[in-house]
Amino acid sequence: MTDLTDLYKQVILDHNKNPRNFGRMKKADKVIEGFNPLCGDKITLYVCLKKNTLSKISFIGTGCAISIASSSLMTEKVLGMKIDESILFFNKIHKMLTSNDPINDDLGKLNSLAGVREYPTRIKCASLAWHALNQTLTSKDKVISTE
Amino acid sequence: MNSSSQTRKDFPILERNINNKPLVYLDNAASTQRPLSVINAVSNYEMNYHSNVHRGVHKLSELSTNAFESSRNKIKNYINAESEREIIFTRGATESINIVASSFGQSFKSGDEIMVSQMEHHSNIVPWQNICKKNNLKLIMIPISKDGEIILDEFAKLLNSNTKLVAITHVSNALGTINPIKKMIHQAHEKGAVVIIDGAQAMSHMKIDVTELDCDFYAMSGHKMFAPTGIGALYGKEKLLDGMPPYQFGGEMILSVNFKETIYNELPYKFEAGTPNISGVIGLGAAIDYLNNLNFDDIKKYELNLLNYLSEKLLQISGLKIIGKPKNRSGVISFMFDNIHAHDIGTIVDKEGVAIRTGHHCAQPIMDFYEVSATARASIAHYNTKNDIDVLIEALNKVKEIFS
Ligand SMILES: Cc1ncc(COP(=O)(O)O)c(C=O)c1O
Repeated sequence: MTDLTDLYKQVILDHNKNPRNFGRMKKADKVIEGFNPLCGDKITLYVCLKKNTLSKISFIGTGCAISIASSSLMTEKVLGMKIDESILFFNKIHKMLTSNDPINDDLGKLNSLAGVREYPTRIKCASLAWHALNQTLTSKDKVISTE
Repeated sequence: MNSSSQTRKDFPILERNINNKPLVYLDNAASTQRPLSVINAVSNYEMNYHSNVHRGVHKLSELSTNAFESSRNKIKNYINAESEREIIFTRGATESINIVASSFGQSFKSGDEIMVSQMEHHSNIVPWQNICKKNNLKLIMIPISKDGEIILDEFAKLLNSNTKLVAITHVSNALGTINPIKKMIHQAHEKGAVVIIDGAQAMSHMKIDVTELDCDFYAMSGHKMFAPTGIGALYGKEKLLDGMPPYQFGGEMILSVNFKETIYNELPYKFEAGTPNISGVIGLGAAIDYLNNLNFDDIKKYELNLLNYLSEKLLQISGLKIIGKPKNRSGVISFMFDNIHAHDIGTIVDKEGVAIRTGHHCAQPIMDFYEVSATARASIAHYNTKNDIDVLIEALNKVKEIFS
């Protein structure tokens, strides 16, 4: 059995307390809402795209420590990434959260989210922002739900 | 006073561990546990006399039909209804309410009003919203105060000759408020409105007497009163049920069928289409037997004592807020921390073996009213103890530590 500190790692607690790129963006190319109907967690992502690159990203929202920290870490990670690259990265994160494969080393800080694996009810919290971003980059849907 | 160890022994699940800690079950508003007598009644039926009810001439069918109908009789006696014809078996409180909304609701006409309180569970809002939309009725909300009580003056003002139905919960699953339903029923009747009470949260905490309450319908949920899931009941006054069209159509609910015409069965079968949840009904009957052996005067005192202890201990934790402060409370306390989300609380206390609920508790309008997106909720039954509360409080202190 894992310890709670595997879930609530220092990085997560820190990003929950001081989320990075937190705030509304006035002129965003895309505004995406992610909603987890199960728990009411709600985030709004703002993205600017320039030459197939995520040139600006921010978010606002309410939710548990896992969903806020995951959103914050995501914005930090994908800022400046090419769209294709960020979609590939989403797949890696998704795999990390939901499979039992060994955890990839190249995920850096985002490895801290891996503890969620042991808490099936919390996986959706960790993946909410990622799903929202991924779906908007791959489709035209507006409200993204984890359901 | 303490919950006797005998009471706890009646509930085998309370012996188990969760995450290597003794289970502390404080999620009774979501679903209560079953006593051994209910488990045994269901298992005895499954092992010894399962067969379909009402139709067979063979011995097994006679046994299952007798057990099935005796559960109906037990409920009728327990809630003091006038006749078994007034007790309809359903899947739960949700279906009980849906029957009234979709069947009784057909008699409402454009401009009629249905009143629903602000503290209702979604199951006592959405069916009404649906029928209002369909038939062009008005859905009127009965407001509540910050303390979490229905504002009775407002209720009286909102009642008028267009009010056709009032739907209120007996006990709020989000706040624990016990509503003054007897008074409200009386006021509604004076305006000619019919009243349905959502009794899902009341039955495990108090004795119900539908004749004394004079309610028109009362919705019950088996799994919140020590019976299995997927079973519940609807009480309705016979004269109202009699005039209502069936809710679902098929076997059981008919007297005769040919391709020109079908004659519907009499009450209560008119509302029980299809093979029913026989094991659930038998479990529910055993749960009523269990309730019958409880002394609710003592239990009320015992539970109130526990709730007061819980709220006192909660308030000693800095940064913790209790949602609602109803004068009459039963079973439930919702709370939250300023800066810690309810889900994080839920996960951390689970590690300590404590089961509480987190989220919106299927009562989003009330979450909106308090401008919160989620709360943590501890809900007790008569088998909980002060020790359970102490373990919860200790776990909550751990939550604070992690997020400090
Ligand atoms: C107040 C209230 N009404 C209705 C319900 C729904 O009951 P059931 O699960 O029996 O459909 C619940 C269950 O959460 C409840 O708390």
